[in-house]
Amino acid sequence: MSVAALFALVAVGIVGWWLFARQLTAKPWEKRQIESDNASGGAALALPAARVGLWLLLAVMTSFFGLLISAYGMRMELADWRPLAVPDLLWANTAMLLASSAAFQWTRWAVARGHAEGVAAGLVLSGLFAFAFLAGQVLAWQQLHASGQFLASNAAAAFFYLLTGLHGLHLAGGLAVWGRTTARIWRIRARLEDVRLSIELCALYWHFLLAVWLVLFAVLMSGTSLTSAFLDICSAIVKAL
Amino acid sequence: MAYVAIADRDVHLHDPQTFVTKYIWSQDHKVIAIQYSVTAIAVGLVALVLSGMMRLQLGFPNTFSFITPSNYLQFITMHGMIMVIYLLTALFLGGFGNYLVPLMVGARDMVFPYMNMLSYRVYLLSVLVLRASCVVPGGPTGAGWTLYPPQAVLPGTSGAGLGIILMLVSLAIFIVAFTMGGLNYVTTILQARCRGMTLLRLPLTVWGIFMATILGLLAFPALLVSAIMMILDSVLGTSFFMPAVVSMGKGLKYDGGSPVLFQHLFWFFGHPEVYIVALPAFGIVSDLLSVHARKNIFGYRMMVWAILAIGCLSFVVWAHHMYVSGMNPYFGYFFATTTLIIAIPTAIKVYNWVLTLWHGDIHLRVPMLFAIGFIFTFVHGGLTGLFLGNVTVDLPLSDTYFVVGHFHMVMGVSPILVVFGAIYHWYPKITGRMLNEALGKLHFWATFLGAYAVYLPMHYLGILGVPRRYYALGDTAFIPNSVHDVNVAITVAALVIAAAQLVFLFNLVWSLAHGREAGSNPWGATTLEWQTPDTPPKHGNWGARLPVAYRWAYEFSVPGARSDFIPQNEPPEAPGGREHGAKP
Ligand code: HEM
Ligand SMILES: [Cu+2]
Repeated sequence: MSVAALFALVAVGIVGWWLFARQLTAKPWEKRQIESDNASGGAALALPAARVGLWLLLAVMTSFFGLLISAYGMRMELADWRPLAVPDLLWANTAMLLASSAAFQWTRWAVARGHAEGVAAGLVLSGLFAFAFLAGQVLAWQQLHASGQFLASNAAAAFFYLLTGLHGLHLAGGLAVWGRTTARIWRIRARLEDVRLSIELCALYWHFLLAVWLVLFAVLMSGTSLTSAFLDICSAIVKAL
Repeated sequence: MAYVAIADRDVHLHDPQTFVTKYIWSQDHKVIAIQYSVTAIAVGLVALVLSGMMRLQLGFPNTFSFITPSNYLQFITMHGMIMVIYLLTALFLGGFGNYLVPLMVGARDMVFPYMNMLSYRVYLLSVLVLRASCVVPGGPTGAGWTLYPPQAVLPGTSGAGLGIILMLVSLAIFIVAFTMGGLNYVTTILQARCRGMTLLRLPLTVWGIFMATILGLLAFPALLVSAIMMILDSVLGTSFFMPAVVSMGKGLKYDGGSPVLFQHLFWFFGHPEVYIVALPAFGIVSDLLSVHARKNIFGYRMMVWAILAIGCLSFVVWAHHMYVSGMNPYFGYFFATTTLIIAIPTAIKVYNWVLTLWHGDIHLRVPMLFAIGFIFTFVHGGLTGLFLGNVTVDLPLSDTYFVVGHFHMVMGVSPILVVFGAIYHWYPKITGRMLNEALGKLHFWATFLGAYAVYLPMHYLGILGVPRRYYALGDTAFIPNSVHDVNVAITVAALVIAAAQLVFLFNLVWSLAHGREAGSNPWGATTLEWQTPDTPPKHGNWGARLPVAYRWAYEFSVPGARSDFIPQNEPPEAPGGREHGAKP
């Protein structure tokens, strides 16, 4: 819970701080302020509304996954917690998701360079890798199932299916948007300008889901305590430095 | 492609032509707002009727054979859930948020109109699923609005099968709808303000809605997570929240889950939820007080900061709802401290409201009556909240009628009074006609005095130890006979309040055709929604040109000005003339 509380606090804090740094100390009734306010253009950020909306959605999703992780951490602290041996296949899946995210980033650069064939190829590649990731996750489920770990078998298994499933669903939602964008490029030969924003937003969403997956993966492998796993990682980083 | 601010863009307004595109599948924020409001008020009436039935049972036990103990618990659950989520949250954000945000910030519509329309559809679906849960076999859930496991899922509780599942599904759908709407409100406020409308020129109503939406966006996921996990527990037999239980003599398949985990998740949403309904009310009440006292709001910037501070703090107080869950005393100490700290920004707001009235030119019109009534009930509920925030005081009072009195005062009556005040205030803009003043005053006094008659005695019942969520009290030594007399009196008062709401509904409908013509700005208000070229505003709100804001929202009774208010979009006088922006 404290993870989630911390996130929410930080998120609201950032909003507050950002607003503060901008205008919250101004005195809107004073003459000098009135003059500068009258010249204001209205928007808070020089960004398309859709991009601002997506960032907000990512904040909502961070809260969602943060709460799931908090719940996981709290459940781990109970005496009967038995960690799950996660399938090795997850490493391969992680590589697929990494590749998918990289391909999306490459597509984004191709759009910026105005390289139409590159965009089409990049989109297809990103999608294929993402599908490969999802297929791999399903395979991992089957492996677990075959080894007798069912959804209701024990807490660690239940959380494993829950976390991977919800992450997969979010990626599937992203793939729906990906499908629309790709179809527009292939079928109506949309001009690059028309799909540019959509590709940029998809890429951002993909990177975000990659980051969420990396955290979830680490959490799923963290053995018997989230805090000690976290401390282990921190000390490893410190030693490496 | 260079970025062009929304305020500077050319628009191509497609005017919806047919009845269907205009009123049913509309993407216009004003129509969506009305759809949201009508739906919310309709389910709200169901919740009101349920509260009447509960009161009848409590006031006259053994009289109504159709109310069984499990019915009573189902009524409580539906009543609480509808009031908090499907009525207040939907009405403040989906209703007022949708109507007022684009108008007050000087935009033509929400930034994502299609998603906005979808938001309402999905909300409607969530309401339908909720209603459906009442007719499935086993009936709706009777777990209490907090839906605590394990009892919510166990056979002894009514609606333990389909009832609870549909309730959780409905909540999940509601959260999807809220998120779609919420992304819209926040993005619109950030990105679609008209020229000159800086953040500190926004009316406090917009600030309240803004912060409440952010709280909702971050807190509702906690409810979503708990709903998903509980659905899995009850449908697929996982044990996220379910410990090993023996139910009706038989060991169940569950093992090792943690009910307290659910409580953490639920209240991580539940406490911010209080502010999700309170912050819009705070904002709206500030504007009502200022307009009807013809005075600028006292301490505008402090009001904005207080809204932000309350928003932050509301994420670190959730466990004050769990003092009786057997928590570590140091935790209790921590949460009691944060709870008392949140009282500081809240108290600042109350002082500022009162100081706004000080030496104001107060017009006791109906919206103002409701706004002042709110100050009373809110202070009342806030003070009992300070009591309950302390662990040692809460322990004996927890789950008694003291708590029922407290939360109805602070998050039932207070926001509802603001809802009424706001409807009386903005109805003229929405429909072009005034609501009837005499009926409005009758409605106010009956509701305000009635609320005191209902909830004040409950505090005494609670101190005696009368427990909440009880179908009947039976013969218990610590409950004297006078408690039954008080219960009869409360029930009578509750029925009077309910009847007063019929007067209000009649007023709403009757004034639609027979109300006095309002004109565009009947209250002499400064904010942009009163400066539209048409009343009610047409699709696109502003005609050919967007407004430009030249001043903050509170220029009332400015010395030397021609009238006692200066609209936000009135340009400054020619250079050399007198500057209006006198320091308050
Ligand atoms: C005429 C107005 C109202 C009356 C007469 C009324 C009456 C009641 C009664 C009798 C109970 C059950 C108490 C018990 O047995 O424990 C209750 C519970 C509750 N009410 Fe109201 N109420 C009214 C309005 C509201 C409003 C506007 C809200 C909005 C926040 C609200 C929120 C709740 C909640 C959250 C519960 C707790 C449900 C539970 O215990 O699970 N009520 N109310
Ligand atoms: Cu609380």
